[in-house]
Amino acid sequence: MNSIRSRFIDWLPAVVTIVLLLVAWEVLVEVLDVQHWLLPPPSVIAAEISDSFGFLMKQARTTSIETLIGFVASVTLAVIIASGIVWSRTVERSLYPIIITSQTIPIITLAPLLIIWVGPDMRSKIIVIVLFTFFPIVISLVSGLRSVDQEMVDMFRTLGASPWQTFRKLMIPAALPNFFSGLKVAAVFSVIGAVIGEWFGSSTGLGWLMKIAGGQFQTAKIFGAIAVLSILAMLLFAAVVALEKWSLRKYPPTAKRVIRLGES
Amino acid sequence: MNSAPQKTHSNLEATNNALLSFSGVGFDYENATILENVSLTVDRGEFVALVGPSGCGKSTILNLISGVLEARSGSITANGQSNLADRLGNVSYMQQKDLLLPWRSVAENSRLGLELRGVSNSESSAAVEKLAESFGIADVLDSMPWQLSGGMRQRVALLRAVLPDNPVLLLDEPFGALDAITRSSLQQWLLNVLDTSNKAVVLVTHDVEEAILLADRVLVMSSNPGHISAEVKINLDASRNDATISTSSEFIDLKRHILDLLGNHEVTQ
Repeated sequence: MNSIRSRFIDWLPAVVTIVLLLVAWEVLVEVLDVQHWLLPPPSVIAAEISDSFGFLMKQARTTSIETLIGFVASVTLAVIIASGIVWSRTVERSLYPIIITSQTIPIITLAPLLIIWVGPDMRSKIIVIVLFTFFPIVISLVSGLRSVDQEMVDMFRTLGASPWQTFRKLMIPAALPNFFSGLKVAAVFSVIGAVIGEWFGSSTGLGWLMKIAGGQFQTAKIFGAIAVLSILAMLLFAAVVALEKWSLRKYPPTAKRVIRLGES
Repeated sequence: MNSAPQKTHSNLEATNNALLSFSGVGFDYENATILENVSLTVDRGEFVALVGPSGCGKSTILNLISGVLEARSGSITANGQSNLADRLGNVSYMQQKDLLLPWRSVAENSRLGLELRGVSNSESSAAVEKLAESFGIADVLDSMPWQLSGGMRQRVALLRAVLPDNPVLLLDEPFGALDAITRSSLQQWLLNVLDTSNKAVVLVTHDVEEAILLADRVLVMSSNPGHISAEVKINLDASRNDATISTSSEFIDLKRHILDLLGNHEVTQ
């Protein structure tokens, strides 16, 4: 009961801010007489969402499936490569520089190439998502696995631990907090990756919908798709946060130690 | 799993009573000689303290015995094991920091050594519970390390080190980071815990009083390169459990003697 109330109080300022912004938007569009095809007010967007709800959900379904498959594929690949980098100097030397320099290539520019190579189906979107999200996960995981003190490793050795036991019982648990930081960034990126993939070549999905609606100046539809996309991204983010909370439930609390200036 | 070391151990006893021997050991680190020609032996049931100035290589000796570091020259045998890889996991070693895993409860931290040997969780938990009372941690077995005081954390670290029941126990300034009152009570407690254990114990400390209080023999070290420069036998008449022992005249004489030995080689204390 108490925690529900305190959670409500935590969220209240954000909710109030959003409501105020929506009201300001609505009023300004009407007062300044802005054309609705240029900037529709929230009420028109809401009406558009409710009118084409079934259609929006159908597109959202495609985008969600791509996002989830891409995200899981990316995490799997990143875990394998990060483990390889930590285990073997050869793997590190052959992969790490390539992974880092690959991030200087704007991934958006690869999307049209991927459509040409693998076609406009789901596979090209999954590849774009992996390219988008793989990097933050690998980096966070490698730095997490390496965050272990040499003294801790020595302590494990004196207790007779094998390298595998040290990896599993020391390095992996130590890496979890960092890993989840990377995972949260990747969750948001994966939705962006799916939309970009759809934008460049697709016949379904929210990215496709936005592109088509944009060509027809159906601005309210674009805003509707954006709203659904944000909700998708928030849901995936919340799922990762829930998984993080559960996985780190025994770890020392850190969230309370936030430095705040000006108020108590 | 325990039978192999036990057997070698009895073979060793036939020829030599020393559970731990360290002979002519040299060790270099980044082109600097840290230890040169260090020899020492510790018998079963004997408690030896190493004292010396900072940087004289006291802790390095423990790292070499446990197998964390490899010696340049000389031979090291602990409980019949002279190969570095065989000593790892067969020598109990409590470092200066408690090094408790923050995501494991006290009970789970305590049984780590047994768990790594493949002992089942139920069996190792039972072993922890059996000793928890005498280690004074029975009430906090389900607590997390960050909820404990420094003294309690050191008790857990010691329990983790001794649970695998190796005959050689190394202690690297186990109470160095604690306040004086906690340290004194833990020293008394350690004496009682180890009283009947019949282990060979090596304690590294910079606290001369602690060395006299706990050890049967005090080895005084000097630096550049680190070597053992003197040995002092401790034969106190009074009981070590007597709280007033450190104010007795024989205790003070011993302390003065050891401080003199330290002072002849390097400024200390």
